[in-house]
Amino acid sequence: MDSMNLIITEQIPRLRRYARALTGDRTSADDLVQDTLERAWSKLHMWRRGSDMRAWMFSIMHNTFINHIRKNRLDTVSIDEDALEVPTRSTQEDFLQMRDLSSAIGKLAYEYREVILLIGLEQMSYDEVAKVLGIPLGTVMSRLSRGREKLRTIMAGESAPVLRRVK
Amino acid sequence: MSKQPKQLAEEDLHGYVDGRLDAARRAEVEAWLLNNQADAARVAAYRQQNEMMQALFNPVLNEPIPLQMHPQARHRSYAQPMRYAAMVGGMVLSGILGWSLHGAETNKQPAVLAMVNRAALAHVVYTPEVLHPVEVGKEQEEQLTKWLSKRLGNNIKAPHLTSAGYELMGGRLLPGNQGPVAQFMYQDARGLRLTLYISSKMAGKGEASFRYAQEGKVGVFYWVDEDLGYALSGELAKADLLRVANAVYQGLNQ
Repeated sequence: MDSMNLIITEQIPRLRRYARALTGDRTSADDLVQDTLERAWSKLHMWRRGSDMRAWMFSIMHNTFINHIRKNRLDTVSIDEDALEVPTRSTQEDFLQMRDLSSAIGKLAYEYREVILLIGLEQMSYDEVAKVLGIPLGTVMSRLSRGREKLRTIMAGESAPVLRRVK
Repeated sequence: MSKQPKQLAEEDLHGYVDGRLDAARRAEVEAWLLNNQADAARVAAYRQQNEMMQALFNPVLNEPIPLQMHPQARHRSYAQPMRYAAMVGGMVLSGILGWSLHGAETNKQPAVLAMVNRAALAHVVYTPEVLHPVEVGKEQEEQLTKWLSKRLGNNIKAPHLTSAGYELMGGRLLPGNQGPVAQFMYQDARGLRLTLYISSKMAGKGEASFRYAQEGKVGVFYWVDEDLGYALSGELAKADLLRVANAVYQGLNQ
Protein backbone atom coordinates (compact mmCIF):
# COMPACT_ATOMS: atom_id res chain seq x y z
CA MET A 1 0.00 0.00 0.00
CA ASP A 2 2.82 2.38 0.83
CA SER A 3 4.35 2.08 -2.62
CA MET A 4 0.94 2.82 -4.14
CA ASN A 5 0.68 5.85 -1.86
CA LEU A 6 3.94 7.07 -3.24
CA ILE A 7 3.17 6.36 -6.86
CA ILE A 8 -0.12 8.26 -6.63
CA THR A 9 1.24 11.09 -4.48
CA GLU A 10 3.95 11.70 -7.06
CA GLN A 11 1.27 12.74 -9.52
CA ILE A 12 -0.49 15.23 -7.24
CA PRO A 13 1.63 18.31 -8.06
CA ARG A 14 1.13 17.80 -11.82
CA LEU A 15 -2.57 17.14 -11.40
CA ARG A 16 -2.86 20.34 -9.38
CA ARG A 17 -0.94 22.37 -11.94
CA TYR A 18 -3.12 21.10 -14.78
CA ALA A 19 -6.32 21.55 -12.78
CA ARG A 20 -5.37 25.11 -11.86
CA ALA A 21 -4.88 26.01 -15.51
CA LEU A 22 -7.99 24.13 -16.56
CA THR A 23 -10.39 25.68 -14.07
CA GLY A 24 -8.66 29.01 -13.51
CA ASP A 25 -9.15 29.06 -9.76
CA ARG A 26 -7.64 27.36 -6.82
CA THR A 27 -10.75 26.10 -5.07
CA SER A 28 -12.33 24.46 -8.12
CA ALA A 29 -8.95 23.05 -9.06
CA ASP A 30 -8.30 21.41 -5.72
CA ASP A 31 -11.87 20.18 -5.68
CA LEU A 32 -11.23 18.53 -9.02
CA VAL A 33 -7.97 17.01 -7.84
CA GLN A 34 -9.58 15.73 -4.67
CA ASP A 35 -12.38 13.99 -6.58
CA THR A 36 -9.86 12.59 -9.02
CA LEU A 37 -7.85 11.11 -6.16
CA GLU A 38 -10.95 9.57 -4.60
CA ARG A 39 -11.79 7.92 -7.91
CA ALA A 40 -8.25 6.76 -8.48
CA TRP A 41 -8.21 5.09 -5.09
CA SER A 42 -11.49 3.35 -5.65
CA LYS A 43 -10.41 2.11 -9.11
CA LEU A 44 -6.89 1.24 -8.18
CA HIS A 45 -7.52 -2.46 -8.74
CA MET A 46 -8.06 -1.62 -12.42
CA TRP A 47 -4.68 -0.05 -12.86
CA ARG A 48 -2.17 -2.39 -14.44
CA ARG A 49 1.08 -2.37 -12.52
CA GLY A 50 3.86 -1.12 -14.73
CA SER A 51 1.58 0.88 -17.01
CA ASP A 52 1.74 4.67 -17.15
CA MET A 53 0.34 6.09 -13.91
CA ARG A 54 0.40 9.65 -15.20
CA ALA A 55 -1.76 8.80 -18.21
CA TRP A 56 -4.11 6.79 -16.02
CA MET A 57 -4.54 9.58 -13.47
CA PHE A 58 -4.97 12.25 -16.13
CA SER A 59 -7.66 10.27 -17.88
CA ILE A 60 -9.46 9.89 -14.55
CA MET A 61 -9.15 13.63 -14.12
CA HIS A 62 -10.58 14.18 -17.59
CA ASN A 63 -13.67 12.11 -16.72
CA THR A 64 -14.02 13.86 -13.39
CA PHE A 65 -13.72 17.24 -15.10
CA ILE A 66 -16.48 16.34 -17.57
CA ASN A 67 -18.64 15.23 -14.66
CA HIS A 68 -18.09 18.50 -12.85
CA ILE A 69 -19.08 20.39 -15.97
CA ARG A 70 -22.22 18.29 -16.39
CA LYS A 71 -23.20 18.94 -12.81
CA ASN A 72 -22.62 22.62 -13.46
CA ARG A 73 -20.00 22.80 -10.82
CA LEU A 74 -17.74 24.48 -13.31
CA ASP A 75 -18.56 27.46 -15.40
CA THR A 76 -17.39 26.68 -18.89
CA VAL A 77 -18.36 26.62 -22.54
CA SER A 78 -18.22 23.76 -24.98
CA ILE A 79 -17.24 23.82 -28.65
CA ASP A 80 -20.92 23.60 -29.60
CA GLU A 81 -21.71 26.86 -27.87
CA ASP A 82 -18.72 28.95 -28.69
CA ALA A 83 -19.36 29.74 -32.33
CA LEU A 84 -19.86 33.38 -31.50
CA GLU A 85 -17.26 33.51 -28.83
CA VAL A 86 -15.12 36.57 -29.42
CA PRO A 87 -12.58 38.40 -27.38
CA THR A 88 -14.40 40.91 -25.28
CA ARG A 89 -13.65 43.41 -22.59
CA SER A 90 -10.16 44.60 -22.09
CA THR A 91 -9.59 46.95 -19.24
CA GLN A 92 -6.77 49.29 -18.43
CA GLU A 93 -5.44 46.92 -15.78
CA ASP A 94 -5.20 44.06 -18.21
CA PHE A 95 -1.67 44.92 -19.15
CA LEU A 96 -0.17 42.01 -17.39
CA GLN A 97 -0.05 39.53 -20.18
CA MET A 98 0.29 36.55 -17.94
CA ARG A 99 -2.95 37.27 -16.23
CA ASP A 100 -4.47 37.70 -19.63
CA LEU A 101 -3.34 34.23 -20.58
CA SER A 102 -5.20 32.68 -17.69
CA SER A 103 -8.39 34.56 -18.46
CA ALA A 104 -7.96 33.89 -22.19
CA ILE A 105 -7.65 30.16 -21.55
CA GLY A 106 -10.84 30.42 -19.53
CA LYS A 107 -12.66 31.76 -22.57
CA LEU A 108 -11.81 28.74 -24.69
CA ALA A 109 -14.19 25.82 -24.98
CA TYR A 110 -13.01 23.17 -22.56
CA GLU A 111 -12.29 20.71 -25.38
CA TYR A 112 -9.62 23.08 -26.70
CA ARG A 113 -8.39 23.96 -23.27
CA GLU A 114 -7.67 20.35 -22.37
CA VAL A 115 -5.70 19.64 -25.53
CA ILE A 116 -3.69 22.85 -25.42
CA LEU A 117 -2.78 22.40 -21.77
CA LEU A 118 -1.93 18.71 -21.93
CA ILE A 119 0.45 19.47 -24.79
CA GLY A 120 1.78 22.90 -23.87
CA LEU A 121 1.84 22.66 -20.10
CA GLU A 122 1.99 18.95 -19.33
CA GLN A 123 4.09 18.33 -22.47
CA MET A 124 2.40 15.12 -23.42
CA SER A 125 2.86 13.69 -26.90
CA TYR A 126 -0.09 13.91 -29.28
CA ASP A 127 -0.62 10.15 -28.97
CA GLU A 128 -0.71 10.33 -25.19
CA VAL A 129 -3.28 13.10 -25.32
CA ALA A 130 -5.45 11.00 -27.63
CA LYS A 131 -5.30 8.16 -25.14
CA VAL A 132 -5.94 10.31 -22.07
CA LEU A 133 -8.94 12.03 -23.62
CA GLY A 134 -10.19 8.96 -25.45
CA ILE A 135 -10.39 10.69 -28.83
CA PRO A 136 -8.76 9.94 -32.21
CA LEU A 137 -5.38 11.48 -32.98
CA GLY A 138 -6.92 13.50 -35.82
CA THR A 139 -9.30 15.12 -33.36
CA VAL A 140 -6.40 16.00 -31.08
CA MET A 141 -4.64 17.70 -33.97
CA SER A 142 -7.66 19.67 -35.12
CA ARG A 143 -8.47 20.81 -31.58
CA LEU A 144 -4.86 21.79 -31.05
CA SER A 145 -4.81 23.79 -34.24
CA ARG A 146 -8.11 25.59 -33.66
CA GLY A 147 -7.54 26.03 -29.95
CA ARG A 148 -4.15 27.64 -30.38
CA GLU A 149 -5.43 29.97 -33.06
CA LYS A 150 -8.42 30.99 -30.94
CA LEU A 151 -6.16 31.62 -27.99
CA ARG A 152 -3.91 33.75 -30.17
CA THR A 153 -6.90 35.79 -31.35
CA ILE A 154 -8.18 36.30 -27.83
CA MET A 155 -4.76 37.34 -26.56
CA ALA A 156 -4.25 39.72 -29.47
CA GLY A 157 -7.70 41.21 -28.88
CA GLU A 158 -7.07 41.76 -25.22
CA SER A 159 -3.75 43.43 -25.57
CA ALA A 160 -4.90 45.71 -28.38
CA PRO A 161 -7.96 47.49 -27.02
CA VAL A 162 -7.64 50.39 -29.44
CA LEU A 163 -7.92 48.16 -32.45
CA ARG A 164 -10.96 46.47 -31.06
CA ARG A 165 -12.84 49.70 -30.71
CA VAL A 166 -12.57 50.33 -34.40
CA LYS A 167 -14.87 47.37 -35.00
CA MET B 1 17.88 24.53 -53.60
CA SER B 2 15.61 21.85 -52.27
CA LYS B 3 12.13 21.87 -53.67
CA GLN B 4 9.65 23.81 -51.58
CA PRO B 5 6.33 22.15 -50.81
CA LYS B 6 3.27 24.14 -51.80
CA GLN B 7 1.80 23.98 -48.36
CA LEU B 8 3.07 23.30 -44.88
CA ALA B 9 1.15 20.51 -43.18
CA GLU B 10 -0.67 21.90 -40.14
CA GLU B 11 0.50 19.05 -37.95
CA ASP B 12 4.11 19.76 -38.90
CA LEU B 13 3.72 23.35 -37.81
CA HIS B 14 2.53 22.20 -34.38
CA GLY B 15 5.08 19.42 -34.23
CA TYR B 16 7.69 22.10 -34.83
CA VAL B 17 6.27 24.31 -32.06
CA ASP B 18 6.30 21.41 -29.63
CA GLY B 19 9.74 20.14 -30.62
CA ARG B 20 8.44 16.81 -31.84
CA LEU B 21 9.96 16.66 -35.35
CA ASP B 22 13.06 14.83 -36.47
CA ALA B 23 15.96 16.88 -37.79
CA ALA B 24 15.09 16.48 -41.45
CA ARG B 25 11.48 17.53 -41.02
CA ARG B 26 12.52 20.38 -38.76
CA ALA B 27 14.82 21.73 -41.45
CA GLU B 28 11.99 21.60 -43.99
CA VAL B 29 9.68 23.52 -41.69
CA GLU B 30 12.35 26.11 -41.02
CA ALA B 31 12.92 26.61 -44.71
CA TRP B 32 9.20 27.10 -45.20
CA LEU B 33 8.90 29.58 -42.35
CA LEU B 34 11.65 31.76 -43.83
CA ASN B 35 9.40 32.49 -46.76
CA ASN B 36 6.04 32.48 -45.05
CA GLN B 37 5.69 35.23 -42.55
CA ALA B 38 2.14 34.42 -41.49
CA ASP B 39 3.09 30.90 -40.47
CA ALA B 40 6.23 32.15 -38.77
CA ALA B 41 4.12 34.53 -36.73
CA ARG B 42 1.84 31.68 -35.72
CA VAL B 43 4.79 29.55 -34.65
CA ALA B 44 6.12 32.40 -32.55
CA ALA B 45 2.72 33.03 -30.96
CA TYR B 46 2.11 29.35 -30.17
CA ARG B 47 5.56 28.97 -28.69
CA GLN B 48 4.90 31.98 -26.54
CA GLN B 49 1.63 30.42 -25.40
CA ASN B 50 3.50 27.35 -24.21
CA GLU B 51 6.17 29.40 -22.48
CA MET B 52 3.67 31.61 -20.72
CA MET B 53 1.61 28.65 -19.57
CA GLN B 54 4.72 27.15 -18.05
CA ALA B 55 5.74 30.39 -16.40
CA LEU B 56 2.27 30.98 -15.02
CA PHE B 57 1.43 27.52 -13.72
CA ASN B 58 4.72 25.78 -12.96
CA PRO B 59 4.90 27.38 -9.51
CA VAL B 60 1.91 25.21 -8.54
CA LEU B 61 4.31 22.24 -8.66
CA ASN B 62 6.14 23.61 -5.65
CA GLU B 63 3.12 24.37 -3.52
CA PRO B 64 2.82 22.11 -0.49
CA ILE B 65 0.23 19.40 -1.02
CA PRO B 66 -2.95 20.27 0.91
CA LEU B 67 -3.54 18.28 4.04
CA GLN B 68 -6.59 16.49 2.74
CA MET B 69 -4.73 15.13 -0.30
CA HIS B 70 -2.00 13.66 1.80
CA PRO B 71 -1.97 9.84 1.69
CA GLN B 72 -1.49 9.56 5.43
CA ALA B 73 -4.73 11.44 5.87
CA ARG B 74 -6.37 9.67 2.96
CA HIS B 75 -6.19 5.95 3.26
CA ARG B 76 -8.01 5.87 6.53
CA SER B 77 -10.79 8.04 5.24
CA TYR B 78 -12.50 6.25 2.38
CA ALA B 79 -15.84 6.73 4.05
CA GLN B 80 -15.92 10.49 3.84
CA PRO B 81 -13.90 12.90 1.76
CA MET B 82 -11.61 14.94 3.93
CA ARG B 83 -12.66 18.26 2.57
CA TYR B 84 -16.02 18.02 4.29
CA ALA B 85 -14.11 17.69 7.49
CA ALA B 86 -12.03 20.68 6.51
CA MET B 87 -15.18 22.69 6.01
CA VAL B 88 -16.47 21.97 9.48
CA GLY B 89 -14.53 24.55 11.41
CA GLY B 90 -10.93 23.71 10.76
CA MET B 91 -10.44 20.08 10.04
CA VAL B 92 -12.01 17.83 12.56
CA LEU B 93 -9.76 15.03 11.57
CA SER B 94 -9.73 12.75 14.50
CA GLY B 95 -13.25 11.36 14.28
CA ILE B 96 -13.09 10.55 10.60
CA LEU B 97 -9.65 9.09 10.65
CA GLY B 98 -10.58 6.85 13.50
CA TRP B 99 -7.03 6.42 14.60
CA SER B 100 -7.25 4.15 17.55
CA LEU B 101 -5.42 4.89 20.73
CA HIS B 102 -3.66 2.07 22.43
CA GLY B 103 -3.33 3.88 25.72
CA ALA B 104 -4.92 2.40 28.78
CA GLU B 105 -7.22 5.27 29.62
CA THR B 106 -9.16 5.52 26.39
CA ASN B 107 -12.36 6.67 27.99
CA LYS B 108 -10.81 9.35 30.12
CA GLN B 109 -10.25 12.96 29.08
CA PRO B 110 -11.55 12.87 25.50
CA ALA B 111 -10.17 16.35 24.86
CA VAL B 112 -6.68 15.20 25.78
CA LEU B 113 -6.94 12.07 23.67
CA ALA B 114 -8.23 14.08 20.73
CA MET B 115 -5.22 16.32 21.13
CA VAL B 116 -2.85 13.34 21.05
CA ASN B 117 -4.53 12.07 17.94
CA ARG B 118 -4.24 15.37 16.16
CA ALA B 119 -0.68 15.85 17.32
CA ALA B 120 0.29 12.51 15.76
CA LEU B 121 -1.50 13.39 12.53
CA ALA B 122 0.16 16.81 12.35
CA HIS B 123 3.44 15.01 12.93
CA VAL B 124 3.06 12.62 9.99
CA VAL B 125 1.78 15.35 7.73
CA TYR B 126 4.47 17.97 8.34
CA THR B 127 7.67 16.12 9.21
CA PRO B 128 8.16 14.72 5.67
CA GLU B 129 7.91 18.22 4.17
CA VAL B 130 11.09 19.16 2.40
CA LEU B 131 10.31 22.72 1.37
CA HIS B 132 7.93 23.88 4.08
CA PRO B 133 8.40 21.83 7.25
CA VAL B 134 7.75 24.93 9.34
CA GLU B 135 5.87 28.13 8.76
CA VAL B 136 8.31 30.34 10.65
CA GLY B 137 11.94 29.31 11.03
CA LYS B 138 14.09 29.33 14.14
CA GLU B 139 15.89 32.47 12.96
CA GLN B 140 12.70 34.32 13.88
CA GLU B 141 12.14 32.46 17.10
CA GLU B 142 11.16 35.51 19.08
CA GLN B 143 8.47 36.58 16.62
CA LEU B 144 7.33 32.98 16.35
CA THR B 145 6.72 32.52 20.07
CA LYS B 146 5.20 35.99 20.37
CA TRP B 147 2.82 35.26 17.55
CA LEU B 148 1.84 31.83 18.83
CA SER B 149 1.40 33.18 22.38
CA LYS B 150 -0.95 35.81 21.07
CA ARG B 151 -2.97 33.36 18.99
CA LEU B 152 -3.22 30.72 21.70
CA GLY B 153 -3.85 33.28 24.40
CA ASN B 154 -1.11 31.83 26.54
CA ASN B 155 2.57 32.17 27.13
CA ILE B 156 4.04 29.74 24.60
CA LYS B 157 7.70 28.80 24.74
CA ALA B 158 9.77 26.72 22.37
CA PRO B 159 11.98 24.71 24.72
CA HIS B 160 15.58 24.27 23.63
CA LEU B 161 16.51 20.60 23.35
CA THR B 162 20.15 20.88 22.36
CA SER B 163 21.14 18.91 25.44
CA ALA B 164 19.01 16.03 24.19
CA GLY B 165 20.53 16.29 20.71
CA TYR B 166 17.69 18.10 18.94
CA GLU B 167 17.75 21.55 17.37
CA LEU B 168 14.69 23.72 16.94
CA MET B 169 13.72 24.16 13.26
CA GLY B 170 10.77 26.49 13.82
CA GLY B 171 7.04 26.16 14.17
CA ARG B 172 3.61 26.70 12.78
CA LEU B 173 0.07 27.56 13.77
CA LEU B 174 -2.54 24.84 13.19
CA PRO B 175 -6.28 24.49 13.69
CA GLY B 176 -7.12 22.49 16.81
CA ASN B 177 -10.34 21.17 18.30
CA GLN B 178 -10.77 24.23 20.45
CA GLY B 179 -9.07 26.95 18.51
CA PRO B 180 -5.53 27.47 17.34
CA VAL B 181 -2.70 25.19 18.38
CA ALA B 182 1.07 25.40 17.95
CA GLN B 183 3.52 22.91 16.53
CA PHE B 184 7.29 23.18 16.99
CA MET B 185 9.60 20.97 14.99
CA TYR B 186 13.02 19.69 15.99
CA GLN B 187 15.68 17.76 14.16
CA ASP B 188 18.69 15.77 15.28
CA ALA B 189 22.04 15.47 13.51
CA ARG B 190 20.79 12.54 11.41
CA GLY B 191 17.74 14.49 10.27
CA LEU B 192 15.26 12.63 12.48
CA ARG B 193 12.40 14.97 13.32
CA LEU B 194 10.27 15.37 16.43
CA THR B 195 7.29 17.64 16.89
CA LEU B 196 5.94 19.30 19.99
CA TYR B 197 2.25 20.09 19.77
CA ILE B 198 0.82 22.61 22.22
CA SER B 199 -2.87 23.16 22.76
CA SER B 200 -4.41 25.71 25.09
CA LYS B 201 -7.69 25.52 27.02
CA MET B 202 -7.08 21.98 28.18
CA ALA B 203 -8.47 22.70 31.65
CA GLY B 204 -7.24 19.37 32.95
CA LYS B 205 -5.78 19.51 36.41
CA GLY B 206 -3.60 16.86 37.92
CA GLU B 207 -2.49 15.37 34.58
CA ALA B 208 1.04 16.60 34.89
CA SER B 209 2.45 13.09 34.63
CA PHE B 210 3.63 11.79 31.28
CA ARG B 211 1.41 9.40 29.43
CA TYR B 212 2.29 7.45 26.34
CA ALA B 213 0.28 6.55 23.26
CA GLN B 214 1.28 4.80 20.07
CA GLU B 215 -0.35 5.98 16.84
CA GLY B 216 0.83 3.74 14.04
CA LYS B 217 4.59 4.26 13.85
CA VAL B 218 4.41 7.45 15.87
CA GLY B 219 4.98 7.42 19.60
CA VAL B 220 3.50 10.27 21.63
CA PHE B 221 4.28 11.40 25.15
CA TYR B 222 1.64 13.80 26.41
CA TRP B 223 0.79 15.74 29.53
CA VAL B 224 -1.22 18.68 30.73
CA ASP B 225 0.37 21.47 32.71
CA GLU B 226 -1.78 24.32 33.97
CA ASP B 227 -4.20 24.72 31.09
CA LEU B 228 -1.77 23.83 28.33
CA GLY B 229 -1.71 20.39 26.77
CA TYR B 230 1.58 19.10 25.33
CA ALA B 231 2.20 16.19 22.99
CA LEU B 232 5.69 15.21 21.87
CA SER B 233 5.61 12.96 18.80
CA GLY B 234 8.39 11.02 17.15
CA GLU B 235 9.16 7.79 15.37
CA LEU B 236 11.69 6.48 17.86
CA ALA B 237 11.89 4.04 20.74
CA LYS B 238 9.73 4.81 23.73
CA ALA B 239 12.71 5.16 26.10
CA ASP B 240 14.44 7.62 23.77
CA LEU B 241 11.30 9.65 23.33
CA LEU B 242 10.83 9.75 27.09
CA ARG B 243 14.33 11.14 27.49
CA VAL B 244 13.43 13.99 25.12
CA ALA B 245 10.07 14.50 26.82
CA ASN B 246 11.95 15.07 30.06
CA ALA B 247 14.15 17.62 28.37
CA VAL B 248 11.04 19.37 27.02
CA TYR B 249 9.47 19.46 30.46
CA GLN B 250 12.65 20.89 31.98
CA GLY B 251 13.03 23.41 29.18
CA LEU B 252 9.48 24.63 29.69
CA ASN B 253 9.91 25.05 33.42
CA GLN B 254 13.24 26.81 33.47
